[in-house]
Formats: sequence, C-alpha cells, structure tokens
Amino acid sequence: MTTRIDRRMAKLKAEGRPALVTYFMGGDPDYDTSLSIMKALPGAGSDIIELGMPFSDPMADGPAIQAAGLRALKGGQTLVKTLKMASEFRAGDNETPIVLMGYYNPIYIYGVDRFLRDALASGIDGLIVVDLPPEMDEELCIPALKAGINFIRLATPTTDDKRLPKVLQNTSGFVYYVSMTGITGSALADTGKVAAAVGRIKGHTDLPVCVGFGVKTAEQARVIGANADGVVVGTAIVNAVANVLGPKGEKTADPAEAVATLVSGLSQGVRAARLAAAE
Amino acid sequence: MDKPAIPNSFRTGPDEQGMFGIFGGRFVAETLMPLILDLERHWNEVKDDPDFKAELTDLSTHYAGRPSKLYFAEGLTRHLREVSSAKGLGGGAKVYFKREDLNHTGSHKINNCLGQILLAKRMGKKRIIAETGAGQHGVASATVAARFGFPCVVYMGATDVARQSPNVFRMKLLGAEVRPVTAGHGTLKDAMNEALRDWVTNVEDTYYLIGTAAGPHPYPELVRDFQSVIGTEARAQILEQEGRLPDTIIACVGGGSNAIGLFHPFLDDKDVRIIGIEAGGRGLDGIEHCASMNAGAPGVLHGNRTYLLQDADGQIMDGHSISAGLDYPGVGPEHSWLRDTGRVEYVPILDDEALEAFKLTTRVEGIIPALESAHAIAHAVKIVPAMDKDQIVIVNLSGRGDKDVHTVANMLGMEI
Repeated sequence: MTTRIDRRMAKLKAEGRPALVTYFMGGDPDYDTSLSIMKALPGAGSDIIELGMPFSDPMADGPAIQAAGLRALKGGQTLVKTLKMASEFRAGDNETPIVLMGYYNPIYIYGVDRFLRDALASGIDGLIVVDLPPEMDEELCIPALKAGINFIRLATPTTDDKRLPKVLQNTSGFVYYVSMTGITGSALADTGKVAAAVGRIKGHTDLPVCVGFGVKTAEQARVIGANADGVVVGTAIVNAVANVLGPKGEKTADPAEAVATLVSGLSQGVRAARLAAAE
Repeated sequence: MDKPAIPNSFRTGPDEQGMFGIFGGRFVAETLMPLILDLERHWNEVKDDPDFKAELTDLSTHYAGRPSKLYFAEGLTRHLREVSSAKGLGGGAKVYFKREDLNHTGSHKINNCLGQILLAKRMGKKRIIAETGAGQHGVASATVAARFGFPCVVYMGATDVARQSPNVFRMKLLGAEVRPVTAGHGTLKDAMNEALRDWVTNVEDTYYLIGTAAGPHPYPELVRDFQSVIGTEARAQILEQEGRLPDTIIACVGGGSNAIGLFHPFLDDKDVRIIGIEAGGRGLDGIEHCASMNAGAPGVLHGNRTYLLQDADGQIMDGHSISAGLDYPGVGPEHSWLRDTGRVEYVPILDDEALEAFKLTTRVEGIIPALESAHAIAHAVKIVPAMDKDQIVIVNLSGRGDKDVHTVANMLGMEI
C-alpha cells in the first residue's frame, strides 16, 4: 500500500532533490490564521506538512515550540480541531502529505481506535509521536500501520547500530533523523557528522531519511539536503509566526505571508542542495 | 475501567516492560531510550550486589542516621482517645510515627538520593540533575552531590523558588545551581519537563536523579526499592515493639515515594489496611487539588502511564496544594495499579484539615511535621477515634515541617 508520503518521496527522488518538510503548530495563534498558514505552505515550496498537535507539556521541545503550543491551547485548539484543520486543508489539496506531530497523551485520551479512524478520514498520512519509542509499539504504532497510516520514527545520535534495526523495524514513510542530542530549536550540529549519520541509517534501510532539529536557514537546508532525502524545519517557522504577534498576541502583519516568505527561501535551499553536491 | 485481576503477590511488579498492569512503561523520546536501557542494565547489576548494598547501608547508618525510629505518639494517642470518649465511643487506636523527619536533610528523600548517587558513581556519570517542588528532594540531591563531589543542577519552578526560599538557599550553600523554570505555571511538573530537556541535551555525562517513584522504567522500581527501607524497618520495629503487625498504615502521596516505601513491604500482609492520602487542596469539586487518583484519569506524562489531572483533550492541568511537595498532577504508576486492584485505598485530605493536623501534632507531640506528612496525620485524626484501643496505626512522618513555617504563618494570617 503506498501513501501520499511514499508517492511524494518517489516523485522528489525522480526529480533529484530532497523534500522540504515544514512543521507548524496547529491552532497558533488561532484556528483560522493557522489554517491560512497551512494552506500557504505548498505554494511556498513545502513538500510535506507536519501539523503540530499542541500539548501542555512538550518535553522534547525548546522554548519557541513550547510557546507556540501554549498560544494554540489558549486559542482553544484541541485534537478535534487539529483534525478538522487537516480535513479542511485536504478539501483543497489531495496531494501534499500531512504528518501529525506531537505527544501521545491527547491521542490516548481521544482513544486510539477513534483517533485512527478520524485521522484517516481527515486525510492524515503519517504520525510522529515523540514519546512512543519502539518499546511501546503496541500502543499506537502497530494499530496505525494496520490502519494504513505511516508511523515515522525518530532516530537520534544515541541510537547506535545495535539499536537502529529496532527503531527502523516498524517505521514507514520516512525516518526522521534528529541531528543532535537536544530539544527543538537548538543550534545545528556539525553538518559533517549529520551527513555521516544519514549514511549510517541508509545502510540499514531503504526508507528516505529526513533530518530535523536545528535547521533554520536556506543555506543550512542546502547543506543538509545534499545528503538527506528531506530537511525538516520547525522552530524557524514557528518563530516567523511569533515575530508578527504583538505583546498581547495581536497580529502586526499576516502570519501566513511571513511563513510563506520564509518557506520560499528554504525551498530555494533544498532545490540547490544537489546542484551544489554535484559541483 | 475493568478492575485488574488480583495477583497472588502484590510485590512482584513491574514486569519486564516496566508495567504495573496498564501503568508505568517507558514513554520517552528516542534520544533518552538508550540511556534508560543503560540505567536499567546497571540497576539490575547492583540491586542484588552485596557490595553495593553494604556501601548503601553504611551510608544510611552513619551519614543519614538510619534506622529511623518508630515512635509511639503517646500525646496524639491520648488526645484522640479523649475525642473518642467525648463521642461516646471509648476507643482510639495506638498511633505510631515512623520518624523519617529525623533523617539527615529532614525527610525520606535522602534514602533515594543516597541509592541513586551510588548508582551514578557506578555508571561513571559526571554530573547530576534533579527536579524539585518543595525543595526537599533538591536539598537531598544537592547534599549527596556535595558528599560525592558531583556538580549538581536543580530545576525548580519559579513559583516554588519564591515560596520555598530557605530551601533554595540551602541548595546553593551545598554548591548546587538552582535553575528557576518559568515555563508553564512554574511548579514541579514544569521543573520535571525542564530536567528532561536537560537530560536529552546532555546525554553523555549526566545522571538524572528523579525524586519520586515515577518517570520511565526503571525509576519507579528503583526509587521504590531505595525507599522500601522505611517499610522494612517499620515492619520489624512494630513486631519488636508490639509483637504484631499494625492494623492500618497511612502515608501521604504526591508522586508517592514515601508512601510506596512504607507500603511495599506490607502489601502481602492481607490484614493490614493501607491508606494513601492525596492532597485534596480546596476540595475536589473544583480544580484546586492534586487528587489525581480520586479525580483524575489514566494518561501518559513524564515517561509513564498513570492517573493524571487532565482535561477532556488530554492537556495536563496544574493542581493546587498547600503543600508544595504534593503539588503534582500525577502519581507514581505503582500507586495507580494498587488503586485499581483495590489493595490500597486513596483518600483526599483538604488544605485546612492538613493545617489543623499540623497545629495539633506540634502542640500535643512537640513535633513540627512537614505539611505533606500532616495530610497523613489528618487522616489518622479522622479514623483513629472510631478504632479500638488495642488497634495500631502507623503514620509515616515523612519529613519535618521547619521548611513550612512561612506557609503556615501566611495561612494563619501571621507575620514572622
């Protein structure tokens, strides 16, 4: 069974360039604005959308994504609304893959079976759930795979060769390589080491390997994209939203436009990645 | 929810996956998973190692002052017998206090910290991080870090830093760096998030010294085992002093480390009634309490599945308690399992009831209990008058209350 993610990755491989994977926080700063951001992403050059599900206690995230999640929750975002946002987006775009990213508890409380049914109906293609390592696969990973939704696992610098097969075992769609030991939004790790790690993972799997954590600029996207099959940008996008919000949360400019400008630049980066590599 | 099957023994958990029934587990980011497996490997090596045990026992005896006394609280017993007579009941069980307040650093927290610092040393770690709410665990962590020459960073919610300033000063004197956490509401839950963020960043050299019997496996098990010295001693002491087991044992439950420490050695003594006391705050009708097992639902936070205070969307709520040490929206996973199996009863005590017990104990026993422990005493005050005179109750006096005098003065409208 192929998914939108598989098809998109195959298409980009044929084009000879890495994917630009863009993360934004669902509901930040409010539902309508956030939906307008989501709708602007493909046109600005995003190949895969990661739709963040806000959580009160995001243990793997840095201050920027923490704050975005709190803004979203304050704006009334819930998992029900995040799924609604996906289906509204899907009504106008049946190609761009959507990956839900967040933490397990809201899904657990929603009910795993009900969640998978509703996610599928909303046009969700994949899940990244930060606090579900392979040891907890029975919880959501295996039911999701059975339902036809990709379960995208994080591999990290602490995932050694001995452990890697376990991490890759039930992974599908792509592998998300976390470039550093740390939280989202930290400084980018040594790009040489990242490239070596991507090579190491590719030695264990045929799945595309996307790299995230710390990528903020078009230049970084270009360098990382030379080896990786995709580049994930999150904190920089969330910051682009925060930067056009005033002290009381009022909009000082159009967040969708701010995000689109940033993403256009990043997409130039991924499009130049293999040209540079070929030089 | 279906009630889990009653096991032959309540003392065999967790299973290999770190589960107590549906509770517990290892819900952590992949970056931390290899570290947790490494910790489990070392823990399994040391837990039956006689050399490790000998070193811990030696420190517990000569550094921390164990065994702690099991004290017949004659003043409180007499008072509650008068209450019983006034009600025309003519009863009143004998009340004993397990005196964890007499330990070095003033609470049960040192038991766990000594065990974990020896583990950190064995693992070759170079740096200690910890989270703290009231500051008791922070002080105990800073203490063992000083004793063993480790740099130590303690994460503490900014709200707690403000309301527990004497403990902040103690930690600094002991050489620890206290990092106030402003995220969220600035309490224990936020401090724990920040400690996890530190750990995920500093994976090579850092040991995370968790303060309660919660978090990802193997923490709930190892913290319980280090704290079980409380119940093991109490069980032997009551047999020595009274020639029989108690009828009822009571302890307060925040994360639940002092409670599981007292309870665990008694779990298979079927005739011993076991009661855990949750912080009822200003009442369970609203949201100003920390009674996750009475008013919460199972969910996943901080690496384990357990009862949590949360909304219908699975967002974690901030609780409230007069006692910073009980101010946590979750509870250790083994307690959740003991609740569902029915082996342990969990009941709430309100802020006001704890405060009354605090004042009463101070007056009739000359002991200033921690506000946390006062919750457990408050429940004894409720049930003891209706018990018979030949019955026995043990209350875990988990810590001393010197740290709480400012809070109490505030509550009583006094200035000190």
